[in-house]
Amino acid sequence: MNHKFIRNLYAVPYVIWILLFVIAPIILVLYYSFFDIHGNFSLVNYERFFTPVYLKLTLDSFWYAFLITFFSLIVAYPTAYLLTKTRHKQLWLLLIIVPSWINLLLKAYAFMGIFGTYGAANNFLEFIGIGAKQILFTDFSFVFVSVYIFIPFMILPIFNALNNINPALIEAANDLGASKFMTFRRVIFPLTLDGVKTGCQVVFIPSLSLFMLTRLIAGNRVITLGTAIEQHFLVTQDWGMGATISVFLFLIMFIIVRFTGIGKRGA
Amino acid sequence: MKEKTSPIAKLYLFAVILILYAPIFYLIYYSFNSGGTMSGFESFTFDYYIEVFEDVRLITIVLNTIVIALLSALFATIIGTLGALAIHLMKKRQNTILGLNNVLIVSPDVIIGASFLILFTIAGIGLGFTSVLLSHIAFSIPIVVLMVLPKLAEMNPSLIDAARDLGASRFDVFTKVIIPYINPGIFAGFFMALTYSLDDFAVTFFVTGNGFSTLSVEIYSMARRGISLHINALSTLLFLVTLLLVAIYYILSQRGALKIGGFRR
Repeated sequence: MNHKFIRNLYAVPYVIWILLFVIAPIILVLYYSFFDIHGNFSLVNYERFFTPVYLKLTLDSFWYAFLITFFSLIVAYPTAYLLTKTRHKQLWLLLIIVPSWINLLLKAYAFMGIFGTYGAANNFLEFIGIGAKQILFTDFSFVFVSVYIFIPFMILPIFNALNNINPALIEAANDLGASKFMTFRRVIFPLTLDGVKTGCQVVFIPSLSLFMLTRLIAGNRVITLGTAIEQHFLVTQDWGMGATISVFLFLIMFIIVRFTGIGKRGA
Repeated sequence: MKEKTSPIAKLYLFAVILILYAPIFYLIYYSFNSGGTMSGFESFTFDYYIEVFEDVRLITIVLNTIVIALLSALFATIIGTLGALAIHLMKKRQNTILGLNNVLIVSPDVIIGASFLILFTIAGIGLGFTSVLLSHIAFSIPIVVLMVLPKLAEMNPSLIDAARDLGASRFDVFTKVIIPYINPGIFAGFFMALTYSLDDFAVTFFVTGNGFSTLSVEIYSMARRGISLHINALSTLLFLVTLLLVAIYYILSQRGALKIGGFRR
C-alpha cells in the first residue's frame, strides 16, 4: 500500500461501483447470450434472433418508437417555443414538468379508466355522435399514452436550447429583412438542433423498452424489444434469449447515442 | 421588444397543460366515487381513503418505498460525490470514465433490470430488500456525479491553494472548503436520486423477490388485476406528496441553489 493509494482511497467506492454495476453487468449479459435454455454453450440465440419472428419484432419496436418520438416532437416543439415567450417561463416550465414526477404506473392506470369501455373518451365519442369504440388495447392507445408520458422529457431540452439563443441573433435576422418563417428556419431551428437531438434520444431509447405500457394499455397486442426481454427473463425463464435481445438493444442504444451525442442532455 | 403572444398560442399552451393534468385529475375525481368504477359518478365517498389507511400491507409497502428511496439516495450521494471529486482531479481518461458513468443513465430500464438480476443471482444475493436497495444505489450514482461535476468545475482552484497555504489539512480542505462550495450540486443530486428511486418501476420489478415490493410494483400488479378505486385514492395522496416536494424544490431553486432539472435514465 503506497502513499498514493491511500490518498486515492476515497475514490474506491466509485471505482467498485463502475466495476460491479457497469462493467460486470454488460459482460454478464454478453456471456449469458451464448447459452441456450438448457445451459449449453451455443449460438442458437443469435440464430433465433435473425429469424423473421424476432426481426419483425425489432422492426415493429422501431416503428412504434419512431411514431412515439415523432408525435412527441410535433407537440413538444411548439410548446417549448411558446413557453419561452411567456412572462414567468420558469414557473410555466415547472407546471409542465410536475406531471412527469407522478408515478408512470399511475398515469398508465388513469388511461385504463379514460380509454375504458365506459370511460371519458368513449363518452365523448358518443356525445359527438361517433359512438363508442374499442380504444384500450389498440396501437393507438399505446402510442397516445407513450407520447403523453414522454412529452415533458421532449419539452425540457428543447426549451433549454431555445432559452439559450442570443436574442441579438433574432434581431439581426429581422433587421436584415428575414421573414418570421425565414428566421425560424434559418436561425432558430438550427440553433435548437442539439436540444431536439437530446429530446429524441431521451424519448426514443426508453420507448423501445416500455414493457409495462404494452401490458397495461396495449394488452399484449404490442410487443416491443422490452416486452420480449421481460418475457424471456421473468416468464419463460429463457435467460439466454433475453440476454441476446438485450445485447442487440444495447447495441442499438450505443448507435443512437453516438448519433445524437451525449453529455448535452436536458437540465 | 418582446412581442405579445397571440391568443392561439396561449390556447395551445393551455391545451397542452390541460391534457398533461387531465388524467391525474380524472383519477382524483373518481377516487371519491361510491360507484366503484372510473365512469358514472354515483355519490361522494371517502371509503377508499379509509380503506387505504386501514390496509396494513399497503402502508408497509409505502414505508418500504420511502426507506429504500432515502437510503439509496444517501448512499448514492456519498459515493457519487466522491466519484465526481475523483473524476475532477483526474488528469487523463476523464472521458472514458464519464462514458462508463453515463451507461446506466442512457440504458433502457429493462436492460439494467435484467443485467442486475443476473448479477445478483450469480453473486448469490437473495432477491428482496438488499437487491432492490443495491440496484437503486447503483442507478442513482451517475446522476449525482453529473450534478456535482459542474459545481467542481466552476470552483476556483486558488480557493484550495489558499486554504492549503493557510495551513489547512487535506481533510479540512475537503470538509470546510470543497463540500460547502459544491453543496448545491450535492443537494440536487440527492434530490434527483430520491425521485429516481421513488419513480422506478422496471428495474425494481426485475430484482424484487416475492416477499418484498415497492409502491410502483404494487400499483402495477393491482392495475393488472383491473380497476380498483383503491389505487385512485392512493394516487390522490401521492399527488399531494409530489406537490409538496415540488414546492420545496421550487423554493430552493428560487434561492438560486438548484436548477430545475429533468434528467431521465
